[in-house]
Amino acid sequence: MRSLRIGSGAGFSGDRLDAAVELAQRGELDWLALECLAERTIALAQLRRRKDEGSGYDPQLHRRMHALLPIVTRSGTRLITNMGAANPLAAGRAVIEIARALRLDITVAVVSGDDVLAQLDDRLPAMESGVALAHYAPIVSANAYLGVDAILPAIATGADVIITGRVADPSLFVAPILHHFGWRADDWDHVAHATSIGHLLECAGQLCGGYFADPGRKDVPDMARLGFPFADVHDGAPAVLGKVDGTGGCITLATAKEQLLYEVTDPFGYVTPDVIADFSRVELRAIGPDRVSVAGAKASGRPERLKVSVGYVAGFIGEGEIAYAGPNALARAELAARIIRERVQDRFEELRIDLIGASSLHGRALDPYARSYEVRLRVAARAQTAEQAAVVGEEVEALYTNGPAGGGGARRNVVEQVGIVSALIARDQVTPSVTVLDTVTHAEAV
Amino acid sequence: MPKLYDLAHCRAGDKGNTSILSVIAYRDEDYPTLARALTVDAVRAHLAGIVHGEIRRFELPHLSALQFVCEGALAGGVTTSLAMDAHGKTLSYALLAMEI
Repeated sequence: MRSLRIGSGAGFSGDRLDAAVELAQRGELDWLALECLAERTIALAQLRRRKDEGSGYDPQLHRRMHALLPIVTRSGTRLITNMGAANPLAAGRAVIEIARALRLDITVAVVSGDDVLAQLDDRLPAMESGVALAHYAPIVSANAYLGVDAILPAIATGADVIITGRVADPSLFVAPILHHFGWRADDWDHVAHATSIGHLLECAGQLCGGYFADPGRKDVPDMARLGFPFADVHDGAPAVLGKVDGTGGCITLATAKEQLLYEVTDPFGYVTPDVIADFSRVELRAIGPDRVSVAGAKASGRPERLKVSVGYVAGFIGEGEIAYAGPNALARAELAARIIRERVQDRFEELRIDLIGASSLHGRALDPYARSYEVRLRVAARAQTAEQAAVVGEEVEALYTNGPAGGGGARRNVVEQVGIVSALIARDQVTPSVTVLDTVTHAEAV
Repeated sequence: MPKLYDLAHCRAGDKGNTSILSVIAYRDEDYPTLARALTVDAVRAHLAGIVHGEIRRFELPHLSALQFVCEGALAGGVTTSLAMDAHGKTLSYALLAMEI
């Protein structure tokens, strides 16, 4: 069986496009996967869709597809992405429009069915708190993490581009791998192996030395041109992680280990919709420059229920900042903090005051005697309305003429908050479907 | 006293209100030292005031790594926290500052 090369062209919605273009152009890829959905992204997208029924997919979709479609259609690379976000069908139609504008003939398969808001039972407990979902009102989105059983039928249509909403990140890689080798979705060790590959690739640049560098300790070459990774997957032999020659960054045992364990709450039982995978005995070997082989993930089954990510409106956060520098900067910032606290604490349920440069990240315990030349006061509070949240920034700005000496560089902002909690639902509560769109007939077939 | 920073690298990840700290030995031969020094109690003491919930430790000798899953570490959780670093991304270096 011929091996499969699958590349990772995005690790989050705002990721670099130049590295994806270089990987698509020079990577000789069979598949290119773009993972663009963070935990909260889909809830924010659902809010956009409420205002405009044609929106709700990834705002970067147009930019990405304009750059990548001409390349992948020329090289015969198939593209898979969760940029459908809260509206996969609209995303699919947008891709068709872009392809027509570029005079490219393609078919697009759209995976729907992750949106379970209509059938969500709000008596279910939130996994984070044990409290019923109804407590987190108003709920604005509920999306089940779909897996390979939802994606494989879309791949089987032969479509050039696969668009999904919420799917488990590794599944974007696992489905093409299973399809290529004809591995069954209940062939657990193969699914676990493919999941370990997907997990290593899903954050794109992070495997290549992104989020890794520490000067003098963990040096990474040419980070400005950090390349994105691919995996060569083989039947009966370890997969090999790599990147395009001449790109920046590095793939080493150390970068691969950090990525393998990244965000894994149980290395002996990493849960996706597809599998409960044991990564503890994964074999990573450095087999050449920027080449690491991976094998040895195991599994004996998959979870009975699917995880649902539930978004709810959580009010507004107001923020204000002002900076102090030079002699006694910390004391002046601390005085400003006391003044602000006295002025606003009765007006907010939850108020937080940080001294950036002194204690904003880890408190003072780890470095009690730190003295910085400059300190930035930051005030944040939660409010029910945008108007009330704005008070935080207004009060911080008022420190110019009503606070300690030498404050400068005041900034303020108000952000609408969407909170996320999770719940588990039965698999039969979710009904995935596939819609095929094409540029020629403009037909839509389910 | 040597710091953990001299022997290992670390990355932080997040899930809800839980911070996941991966500690990976630079050299395989240092893994037993890390496994001895980085007990759950020692890590809890070092991260006092930061981690408020239970800490679970997973031993991964195959990868010369330890995984610490720290509950109640993210001021209520990424999506609603008022914290500067809501994801706790910087906690990797808080742990690396530990003396061992």
